[in-house]
Amino acid sequence: MSDQQLLGYIPNQTVLHRLSGAAKLICFILLSAIVMVGYDTRFLLAVSLFSITLFKISEIRWHEISFVVKFIVVFSVLNLVTVYVFEPEYGVQLYGNRHLIWEGIGRYTLTQEQLFYGVNLVLKYTATIPLALIFILTTNPSEFAASLNKIGIPYKISYSVALALRYIPDVQESFHQIGYAQQARGMETSSKGKLKDRIKGTAGIVMPLIFSSLDRIDTITNAMELRRFGTRKKRTWYAEEKFKRIDYLAISLVAGMTFTGIWLFAVNDGRFYNPFV
Amino acid sequence: MKETFSVKTIVAIGIGAAVFVILGRFAVIPTGIPNTNLETAYPFLALMSVIFGPVAGGLIGLIGHTIKDVTTYGAWWSWIISSGLIGVIFGLAGRKINLEDGVFGKKEIIRFNIWQIAGNLIVWAGVAPLLDVLIYSEPVNKVFVQGLVASLVNSVSVGIIGTLLMVAYAKTRTPKGSLVKK
Repeated sequence: MSDQQLLGYIPNQTVLHRLSGAAKLICFILLSAIVMVGYDTRFLLAVSLFSITLFKISEIRWHEISFVVKFIVVFSVLNLVTVYVFEPEYGVQLYGNRHLIWEGIGRYTLTQEQLFYGVNLVLKYTATIPLALIFILTTNPSEFAASLNKIGIPYKISYSVALALRYIPDVQESFHQIGYAQQARGMETSSKGKLKDRIKGTAGIVMPLIFSSLDRIDTITNAMELRRFGTRKKRTWYAEEKFKRIDYLAISLVAGMTFTGIWLFAVNDGRFYNPFV
Repeated sequence: MKETFSVKTIVAIGIGAAVFVILGRFAVIPTGIPNTNLETAYPFLALMSVIFGPVAGGLIGLIGHTIKDVTTYGAWWSWIISSGLIGVIFGLAGRKINLEDGVFGKKEIIRFNIWQIAGNLIVWAGVAPLLDVLIYSEPVNKVFVQGLVASLVNSVSVGIIGTLLMVAYAKTRTPKGSLVKK
């Protein structure tokens, strides 16, 4: 269990690393929003190619993300299968046409429309997941908090996010330490134990973790109050970066792509690109 | 609202979100349906919301779930928004409960659980699937079955683990006026 880690920032010197956090955040939000609502296959394909290219540029290595990618693949496949199990002809409903490929068993037929819908879902995953990975692995967490403030989120909330990112590794460390301590006392927490024992074991870790975290809140609050945090309306950030030319360039490029996506809604007369009519 | 944003609330949101991420990542029991696990993160969210109020609860859910999703399998926005919403509801449910002073008796337990079950139903079997359909246009019956399972599982985990957490927390606090002059 302990070798499963969370993703985090890995310093490097590529173009994507040098982009300011705020620019990356804006680009990420715009692109993932348009990919999320849009179902134009051509657009999704273009964005997927774009994100894969960016991924190559970012020089992220496979071993840094392999554990997460495996997780993502399992999750995505599971989701595709559930969609099919519940609505084997959902594509037919959406595209208003029915091209049968195989009669199948009972209601579980295979139609071109359903396959096409599935392809759209897969493209959505390939378009957004590399972007999310790039964003997480190339953005310094402290700069990220400054970026949030820069795009208009109140600095107190931005600071909460900064605290969360700062303390995740610490909390993870405590979680494992408490886990080892409980194992030393003979509590079963591994997957070998029975479900009931594992629930008990999990409770044995979760309780101390939560109560030590509540103590941690008091300690940090005292430290921040002593330094008079929050007395002013504004706040400057050590990690903040000024926008450079490349940042404006990146934002304009992504804004252009987003508008194309919105324009396609008008062209297709809705969210779906329909090749079946 | 700005005035109620004390330093303690800010820190509670930050640390709360961090703990939410770790619990959501490492202390879960999968039920076999995507997006649907028996969580310890939500009982913890309930505890934090009752102690620190609806604003803190909502933000812990929102920030915690976003970080958890983005660092594991990409953001699933409809459920992230719902996590924020359930935090707010937990916080509202706990408005009349003075956990800080160690008051958490039978009346409070029943009151909180009625609220949390109603909240879980509304959010996971109502709002989340609705957003799934609106944002991702997924099949209606798939998302509602998913949502219903999630709301049941979450009500049970919050009902049992959450209630136990709050009882345990209340025991660590000293009730108001508990000193008796002799």
